[in-house]
Amino acid sequence: MAKESTKREPEVKAVTVDAKGVYYRELNSRVRELIDDGYTEIVLDGVNGQRYIGDGLTDKVNIIINGVPGNDLGAFMDGPTLTVNDNAQDGVGNTMNSGKIVVRGHAGDVIGYGMRGGRIFVSGDVGYRVGIHMKSYREQVPIIVAGGKAGDFFGEYMAGGVIVLLGLGEDDRPMVGHYMGTGMHGGAIYTRGEPAHNLLGKEVSVFSLEDDDKKLLGGILSEFCEDALIDGSGIDVSDLVKLRPFSHRPYGSKYVY
Amino acid sequence: MPGTLVPSEFVVYIDPERCRKCKRCVLNCGFGAFEFKDRTIADSSKCVACHRCVVFCPEEAITIARNPLAFRDHPSWDVSLRKSIWRQAATPGMILTGMGNDLPWLNIFDHLLIDACQVTNPSIDPLREPMELRTYLGRKPDRLEVEPDGNHGFRLKNKVSNNIKLEVPIIFSGMSYGSVSLNVHRALAIAAEQLGTVMNTGEGGLHEELYPYADHIIVQCASGRFGVHSEYLNAGVAVEIKIGQGAKPGIGGHLPGEKIGSEVSSTRMIPAGTDALSPAPHHDIYSIEDLRQLIYALKEATGYKPVSVKIAAVHNVAAIASGIARAGADIIYLDGFRGGTGASPAVIRDHVGIPVEIALAVVDEQLRKEGIRNLVSIIAAGGIRSSADVAKAIALGADAVGIGTAALIAMGCRLCQKCYTGNCSWGIATQRPELTGRLDPDWGAERLVNLVNSWSTELQEILGALGVNAIESLRGNRERLRSLGLDSTTTEILDVKPAGR
Repeated sequence: MAKESTKREPEVKAVTVDAKGVYYRELNSRVRELIDDGYTEIVLDGVNGQRYIGDGLTDKVNIIINGVPGNDLGAFMDGPTLTVNDNAQDGVGNTMNSGKIVVRGHAGDVIGYGMRGGRIFVSGDVGYRVGIHMKSYREQVPIIVAGGKAGDFFGEYMAGGVIVLLGLGEDDRPMVGHYMGTGMHGGAIYTRGEPAHNLLGKEVSVFSLEDDDKKLLGGILSEFCEDALIDGSGIDVSDLVKLRPFSHRPYGSKYVY
Repeated sequence: MPGTLVPSEFVVYIDPERCRKCKRCVLNCGFGAFEFKDRTIADSSKCVACHRCVVFCPEEAITIARNPLAFRDHPSWDVSLRKSIWRQAATPGMILTGMGNDLPWLNIFDHLLIDACQVTNPSIDPLREPMELRTYLGRKPDRLEVEPDGNHGFRLKNKVSNNIKLEVPIIFSGMSYGSVSLNVHRALAIAAEQLGTVMNTGEGGLHEELYPYADHIIVQCASGRFGVHSEYLNAGVAVEIKIGQGAKPGIGGHLPGEKIGSEVSSTRMIPAGTDALSPAPHHDIYSIEDLRQLIYALKEATGYKPVSVKIAAVHNVAAIASGIARAGADIIYLDGFRGGTGASPAVIRDHVGIPVEIALAVVDEQLRKEGIRNLVSIIAAGGIRSSADVAKAIALGADAVGIGTAALIAMGCRLCQKCYTGNCSWGIATQRPELTGRLDPDWGAERLVNLVNSWSTELQEILGALGVNAIESLRGNRERLRSLGLDSTTTEILDVKPAGR
């Protein structure tokens, strides 16, 4: 308690930018200028497909995006929090190092590719190739949570981190596409309900949750529901299962020396 | 049953008259081929002919010979094929190897001859006149416009893209920290700075100790995205997207967990001891449009530094290169099928891809034909062995060349092709601390500087003989090349005349 009282809330310096019809290069350099000028909360109104928003930014700022941002949202990002009050397109959080991206809608393909830290929360569905080659390093543990369903190659080549797939939604499509966790050699994927075995890559197996998993998921899911504006009361952590790889060295026996 | 059906490749002989039992050979062999039991005993089956023991034996007592064991000759069953079959019948798996293609494919560079001036157009003496080797890598404008600067002079009206200034048209190719030791990276960085050129990190990230050499480093972003973050991307003069590598086109890389100790782990930003798997493709690039997206994502993240795209030379390389140029790349790095590697399945290294000479010729021609040659610089690599190769590559259309294997040979590499074992006795392709300490970065850098300076002098001599005084005048000047002993189709593809025409 004593520690908290000495912490001062940093002052929020907010600004709203009308992004309607602004070319991405101009928009992104405007955002950088505003950050250099000390703004900590930047609201982008009327966003419609501009690429690379948040790309390579390293300051701990909040960027609120009203509209649908273009591809590679938050690529190489290292610190900021991006909140999208709409759908997002492909490449969200590409090779991201830290920070948070919240999408209050659906997101496209290749989400969190090669991501090493930070969080990506998508309230709805995600497309193909999500979480490919995510990796963790020391204290950096990347987390992706998708509230809806996912396409093929979910968590392929995954080397570390955590992916949670909740499969919420009324329709009866399968929760995930084919080849989930193919080539996976680290980290964990949690799915709500056990996926059909023909959808799994040959490097993974399904486990039931231990107490540590439940504790981890409890924390992640409450943060996710709060950020993604989802009513989490219907989600029972005990319904989730864990997918882990057999080996950290899936290709160790592929060669003759 | 016998342990192996494969006889030793080499025979190690220690002259008992000369040997003083100093055990230097025992200590120096990274492969454990020597043992000391009241005298030194060699296990020839472990010898890779890396010559470390030979060089360090104070008495010159060690001889390494090819195993003279005779095999029944058979024209279509080369002994190496028989050995491969014995090995794969013993253990299932792909045969792994290191360095470049070692099959005796036609070497086109060795069938190209350089022109010289005689009588009617005078040659230039480089001792007397300056010879310009300086090269700029990056996008060049379609045209230059000048305007008065208001001070009786003129200034450039166009905005010119960022270019990388090289004092010599030779750069050090990407070799990752992990496949090679940190001391190799240190030597390359020091040498690049002294020479006014650049080194390339390869895909294993950049050790924080080397950040001060930023002006002489190109950082690589490969499919595994190891050690790639905002600070790293901004650390160099350019970013290279590695799509492929000449030694192993189309396949990914697997750095074995044994090579990932704490330092490599911290630079790659992955846990120690796990395999570092680079997927075969970038999973965010399935098309030229996707490539464009990553190129501009990197430009946005780096304040619009030049972006290079490295591809292996493959059959359709000209069309691919055109796509890369149009996707916004500033540099195309063409890696021929003789390019080196720390580890590749032998079947891929030896049989996949095409020579860089052909790739270079067709890419340069295609880009010219489309009127977009100025959009990109071309770096040719994968088989550059001498200053003659440099001159020929530049005449075929390269802006600069990349050297990897030649740089390692300069630092002691004997081309034993065992990089993937991590046992390199010369301290190059290893992470074993007792071995990496053998390569003194300053010694390595000095040898690299000597090598490149020697080649530069030779290049200047070649330019003088050609009667030109700038490397720019040789660039793409195929009229100054002639082919000898090449078939007419290859000569036509290279767009050079045969000798005598």
